[in-house]
Amino acid sequence: MEPKGEYYQLDRLLHPPALAPNYKTDVTRSYKYALLSLQNSLSEMTGPVFGHNELGPLDNDLIRNYAKDGDPIGQRIIVHGRVLDENGRPVPNTLLEFWQANAGGRYRHEKDTYLAPIDPNFGGCGRTLTNEDGYYFFRTIKSGSYPRRNFVNNWRPADIHFSIFGPAFAQRLIAQMYFEGDPLIWSCPIVRAIPDDEAIRALIVPLDMNATVPLDCRAYKFDIVLRGRRSTMFENRLEGN
Amino acid sequence: MVQPLNYLRETASQTAGLYVHIGLIPKQVGFDIFENQLGETMVTPQTKGERITIEGRVFDATGTPLCDVLLEIWQANAEGRYNHPEDNQDKPVDPDFRGWGRIGSHFDTGVYRFETIKPGVVRGRNARAMAPHINFWIVARGINIGLNTRMYFSDETEANAKDPVLNLIELKKRRQTLIADRQERDGEVVYTFDIHLQGDQETVFFDI
Repeated sequence: MEPKGEYYQLDRLLHPPALAPNYKTDVTRSYKYALLSLQNSLSEMTGPVFGHNELGPLDNDLIRNYAKDGDPIGQRIIVHGRVLDENGRPVPNTLLEFWQANAGGRYRHEKDTYLAPIDPNFGGCGRTLTNEDGYYFFRTIKSGSYPRRNFVNNWRPADIHFSIFGPAFAQRLIAQMYFEGDPLIWSCPIVRAIPDDEAIRALIVPLDMNATVPLDCRAYKFDIVLRGRRSTMFENRLEGN
Repeated sequence: MVQPLNYLRETASQTAGLYVHIGLIPKQVGFDIFENQLGETMVTPQTKGERITIEGRVFDATGTPLCDVLLEIWQANAEGRYNHPEDNQDKPVDPDFRGWGRIGSHFDTGVYRFETIKPGVVRGRNARAMAPHINFWIVARGINIGLNTRMYFSDETEANAKDPVLNLIELKKRRQTLIADRQERDGEVVYTFDIHLQGDQETVFFDI
C-alpha cells in the first residue's frame, strides 16, 4: 500500500497544555522547553495493528468479564459510538481500551483507598476493536464520582477513561468521557485543563434512548475524533522528488 | 459569512490518571482479567535481530522518579521496516515482531524495562536515512497529553550525526537527552534511557 497523506497537525489550542496549575500534579511533571515540531515520517504515520484473535469474548462486557457470583451493583449501561477522523471518515479495526471506577466510585487498584467498597463482581476494564464503519460498543455499570486530594474538597465527575490507537502512532490518545447532567464536570481541574469549552462539551455524552434496551439497560453515545489526514495531490512528498 | 469548513474537531486529551494500570496493564496491580495482556511480550525466539534491553526511569522536576508512569514504544524491525501496511520500503516484514510494547514503571523504584530488538535504519523524509531509533509515548497522572520522544543508540555515532531529526534540535547539548547509553551486563546488551520531564536535563519532546 502506498503511504496516504500526512496527518493534520495536532490542535495544541484545543488540547490541554502540559501545565494547568490547578491540576497540581502537573506542576513538577510538565515540560518547560518548547516542543520540537516534527513533520511526519514513517515513524509517526505507522502504528501497531491488533486482531480479534488477541481479545477475549467478554472483553467488551464489563458486567460479565469479572463477575464471580452475580452481576455487579449499579446502573446497567451501554456505551457506543464511532471513532472518526477530522474528515469524518470512520477509523476501522482500531483498538479501544476503557477503565473506570465501580458504581460507588472505587477503582479496583491497590493505590485507591477511598471508603467506598470494592465490588466483588466488577473489574472495571475492557477493550474492543471498532468494526469496518468505525463503530464500537461495550456494556458496563455507570461509574460513580470519587474524591481526590487536589483542592481540599475536590471530586472527580463520574467518568470512563479511554485509550485509542488509530492507524498512526501520531494519533495515540487518552481521553475521558463524562455523563450529561453531572454537576461536578465544570469544577474539575482535570477537565478544566482543557482550554476550549467546546472541546470539553464534546467529552460529555448524552443519554441515547434509541440505543437503550427496554427494561434492561440504558445507553450513552460517545463519538471519538482522531486527527485526520491530507488527501490533496499537492502535498509534500515524504520520499522527495 | 463564509462557507463553513465542516471538519470535525479532535477529541481532547485527558490525563491517563493514577489508575491507568487497571485499564492498560492490569497484571501490574495483580488483576488477572485478560488472557492476553497486550504489549507485554515484544520478542519471541523466532524474532530476528539483536536482543536488547532498554531500561530507565522517568524523573520529575525535583529529580524524583515517577512510579506511576506508563510507557509505550513503537519501532521498526531489525531490517528497518515497520510492521504496518503503509510502510512501503522495499524491506521484509518480520512476522514474529509487531514492534510495539507497553510497560509501567515499578511501583517502588520507578524503573521501566523493555526486552526488544535493535531496529534498523528507516527511510525518513526526502529519502534521508534516519538513524536507528525507537519512538516513545509517555503518559501518567499529571501529564495532560501524551509525550512523544525518540530514543537513539550510543553505538550509532555516525548515523546519529546525520540523523535529520536529531539535527533539528538547535541546542546541541540537548541532542544528548535522546541518546541511550549501551552497556554489556552479564552478556546482555542493556541501553539506559532516562527521561526528564522538567529541569536542566529536560528530554526533548516532539510535537508530531
